Amino acid sequence: MKKALATFVLVTLIAVGSNRVLAQSGGELHFCLRSEPKTLNPLLAADDASETIRYLTGGVLVRVNRLTQELEPELATSWKVTNGGKTITFQVRDGLRFSDGTPFSADDVAYTMQQLMDPALHSPTGDAFRSSEGKVETEVLPKNHVRITFPAPIAGLDRLFDQVAIMSAKSPQKELAVLGPYFVGENKAGSYLILKRNPNYSEKDPAGRPLPYIESVRLDIQQNRDIEMLRLTRGEIHFINSLDAEYFDKVAAQDPAMAHDAGASLDSEEMWFNQVASSPLPSYKKAWFTSTTFRRAISESINREDMARIVFRGHARPAVGPVSPANKFWFNAKLQAHPFDQKSALQRLTQDGFHLQDGVLKDRDGHAVEFSVITNAGNKYRERMATMIQQDLSGIGIKLNVVTLDFPSLIERITHTFDYEACLLGLVNDELDPNAQMTVWLSSADSHQWNPSQKTPATAWEAEIDKLMRAQASTLDPKKRKADFDKVQEIAWQQEPFIYLVNKNALSAVSPAVHNAHPVVLRPQVYWNIDQLSLTSEVARNR
Amino acid sequence: MKWARTTAIVFLLAVSAACLLANVIAPASYAHQFREETNASPSRQHPLGTDDLGRDRFARVLYGTRVSLLLAPAAALLTSLLAAFVGGIAGFAGGRVERFVMAGTDLFLSLPWLFLLITVRALLPLNVSPIVSVLITFAMLGCLGWAGAARIICADARALAQSDFILLARASGSTGFRLLWRHLVPNLKPVLFAQFWISVPVFILTEANLGILGLGVAEPLPSWGSLLRELESFSTISGQAWQLVPLILFILVVSSFHLVLTKEELPV
Amino acid sequence: MQKGLAQPTIVWKLPAEDIDTLSALPKLAAKILVTVLIGGFLGATLVRLAPGFGVDEEELDARLSDRSIQALRETRANEPNLFVFYFRYLNRLAHGDLGTSRTLQRPVLQLIAERLPETLKSVALGLALGWSAGFLLAVAIVMSRAWLLDLVGSLLVGVLLCLPAAVLALLFVLAQAPARLLLGLVVFPKIFRYSRNLLARSSALPHVLTARAKGLGNMRVLVWHILPTAAPQLLALLGVTVSVAFTAAIPMEALCDIPGIGQLAWKAALGRDVALLVNLTMVVTLVTLVANSASDLMGRTFRTSEA
Repeated sequence: MKKALATFVLVTLIAVGSNRVLAQSGGELHFCLRSEPKTLNPLLAADDASETIRYLTGGVLVRVNRLTQELEPELATSWKVTNGGKTITFQVRDGLRFSDGTPFSADDVAYTMQQLMDPALHSPTGDAFRSSEGKVETEVLPKNHVRITFPAPIAGLDRLFDQVAIMSAKSPQKELAVLGPYFVGENKAGSYLILKRNPNYSEKDPAGRPLPYIESVRLDIQQNRDIEMLRLTRGEIHFINSLDAEYFDKVAAQDPAMAHDAGASLDSEEMWFNQVASSPLPSYKKAWFTSTTFRRAISESINREDMARIVFRGHARPAVGPVSPANKFWFNAKLQAHPFDQKSALQRLTQDGFHLQDGVLKDRDGHAVEFSVITNAGNKYRERMATMIQQDLSGIGIKLNVVTLDFPSLIERITHTFDYEACLLGLVNDELDPNAQMTVWLSSADSHQWNPSQKTPATAWEAEIDKLMRAQASTLDPKKRKADFDKVQEIAWQQEPFIYLVNKNALSAVSPAVHNAHPVVLRPQVYWNIDQLSLTSEVARNR
Repeated sequence: MKWARTTAIVFLLAVSAACLLANVIAPASYAHQFREETNASPSRQHPLGTDDLGRDRFARVLYGTRVSLLLAPAAALLTSLLAAFVGGIAGFAGGRVERFVMAGTDLFLSLPWLFLLITVRALLPLNVSPIVSVLITFAMLGCLGWAGAARIICADARALAQSDFILLARASGSTGFRLLWRHLVPNLKPVLFAQFWISVPVFILTEANLGILGLGVAEPLPSWGSLLRELESFSTISGQAWQLVPLILFILVVSSFHLVLTKEELPV
Repeated sequence: MQKGLAQPTIVWKLPAEDIDTLSALPKLAAKILVTVLIGGFLGATLVRLAPGFGVDEEELDARLSDRSIQALRETRANEPNLFVFYFRYLNRLAHGDLGTSRTLQRPVLQLIAERLPETLKSVALGLALGWSAGFLLAVAIVMSRAWLLDLVGSLLVGVLLCLPAAVLALLFVLAQAPARLLLGLVVFPKIFRYSRNLLARSSALPHVLTARAKGLGNMRVLVWHILPTAAPQLLALLGVTVSVAFTAAIPMEALCDIPGIGQLAWKAALGRDVALLVNLTMVVTLVTLVANSASDLMGRTFRTSEA
């Protein structure tokens, strides 16, 4: 009898224990991609969908912990930056294998860097390492060491390796052989991808169990956000990584635990005026747009609080400058968002020779102030923001015409023909380091939106910004870099080449079936710790 | 059916009067944003509540009706006339003319005219007024929507051309335009009316869909298309019934058009 | 109202010029081929002339260096002019190569081969649903002569015409109904409206009234007297609805994320992917021409002659 009872208890314990194991392993995580990945080659990933696949399948030497924002070892056990920031040496882990069984070694790191730094390859990942002209040297050293030397110092060099998924030099599967938690198991073009657990994934949990817990990940290609939302509420998908503000309250109403607001994201929405001298605009309009006083007045006429409250349902905050307050180290805390003050705006305009006549603002030559703002059609938030700005500016006698264009037409105008007056777009920031914004702030750069590719800086303040950006990029001293970049932010705040409007919050929705999800601000917000996510036992058994 | 037709005529007249008198009837400007009252429920101040930006929905419905009720039927009329012209002549002439014209029509049906719309929009100045922009959009829709109906009209005209009454008319000395206008066109009416009646809502919805590409009506001018776009979101099923008023009005107006037009159709 | 002197007799026969159908087919095929090629060229022209051709969304990626952006621009700038492009395209086409999609980085042939079956499924289902519902409803109204049914049918069609496709798609997802059936609801109003009017007109013809007066049953009157008169127009409608269904597939597939050629066309349009768009234009032109030519041929088998 005692023996039977003991057996019964043992079996029960095993069953409960294995149920616990079942609760923490198996199952299929299901979420949506907003578009089809353009490439599965991690070195070429530039669009959201491709970067998602890279994150889920790629093994990296070091990983930025999206929660703590600290750098952590992954395939590398240690690393050292030397030579004034020009050289980095990694010691890589021993005994690891790619998903197809091919052994991993320092040779693969060297191979990956050679591929990445190929001059013919043009990708955001590779370009982040291109500090100047010159060859990048990679050297495989004994005891699993690899040394990479760049032609010029790169600030924040080690953190850049968070984006470099190591590829195998020897595997016949090429980029499909991976070191990350999952590998691409099935790819139905235009429909879905299924990622399967990598049996050779190196990570284990504190109890020594192999990760990831979840057996597979299904990614449906779903562009329609309303349908995505519907599927979440029906339990067909497990989370929405980047939730629109208008859906947040609906999710919260259904289940408050599902809706997550991680606070201000790194992204911003902004408007700028065309200051290109050769643009086909009338000269009086060019004079308006190149006037700092005019831009400051426009900025003061825009009610950012209303925008954050109405367009983003309170899930945004007035933006201050190029850096979001979520970027704690780099944000210049001395600066505040420009206040909404139309009286002050009119005073500034008066200084510049403008005057109100029968409710219409006119310049000193009698031209009624009327201009257009272009934005990309189909983006409800930007269309609403533009419409709100239209009403705000009518309060100071300015007629604003809102023109929505399809994206290629818009790009053509702001990068090729410069046939536009003002533009409203957003800046997506994945990086904390201001070096990622180098091409925006350098006056000679193509992404210097308001007046790109200048041969020499058109204004003294742009020359000053050029100097400061180069200075912060050439030193490793974080204090010096911070001081320089704080000055850049001050100049941007004063001159307003970009009229920063709002920083949106990082919103997401996660089903209660998913365990250990801690949505954060940095991308990917929800599945940054994909290998430690698990599903409830019911879901795991059903799947 | 007479009572239904009368009701439809009265309804259309009432709607037309309401939108012509929008300046008087509307409780507020269609553009003004009451920012403290966004997504408000219906009230005395806002009979149909307010939209996402706090704009009075009733005012926007009135002004939007003005735009769409005028321009969509005009575009539908244009497309029907073009279809009648092309299809009628092709079917009546027959032979090589018909084959050539119908091949051209098939080609026309297949081309990606979206790019023409995008190109025309790009040629317009950025500061063009919203009403001019939407006028041009509807005009283009009218010019591009005839091909499908032309085929059916061609087949109809071909059949009619071989009928006895046409033969009699020819024998009586009727030729060319007179033959077409007095004898052929009246018999094409059922198909033309079908084409017209279908085109009105199709053009209104197309204008709404073209908004995704920036080809619709520009803010703050409302149109039925832009009002219906409000429904294309998850919030449609959130139970705010007053948001459906533009859709219900749209359905009633289109149905009324049908009932009015059926007077001209052959009795069942 | 048609006023004829004699009662027309419906004769089912092949006209003389169509008796030798086999020899007419190669000529028809050649005509279709030429039209398809012209369609491809015109499609390419429209794309090349549209604003935004030659630009890439990646140019706005601030992470890219100036050199990369310049390289991107040079690639686009080096694209040959329209005529050279089309000549090279035809040359490759002759070897079975449809080119590579710039937006999806894959061979166009592979993309079309993967996705065309999905669209064909949707179109076939949509047409089957649209025609069954639309035509049968029209027949029921015409034969029953019930004004209430006519009114209800017209109101239903009015509602369907007025509902935005996006709302319909959402309702389908809500009801967990297959999204493919959405196409049926798109073509149904057109089919119903035209069929109803055509059948109504045919049923008012003198010979039909005579047939009824002589005591012929409804089915016999429908099959032998009403349908043959309206057949050429109905067949023309059939051809047109195939084209309408294909065109409607584009927004429907884009809305419902169905991986067919409609979704492909939408992405290609947004990306100004001329290689993909030329081929898709030609596919649509081919389908339109084949459908309409087939309906024309079938229509010509119905002729009326005097008794």
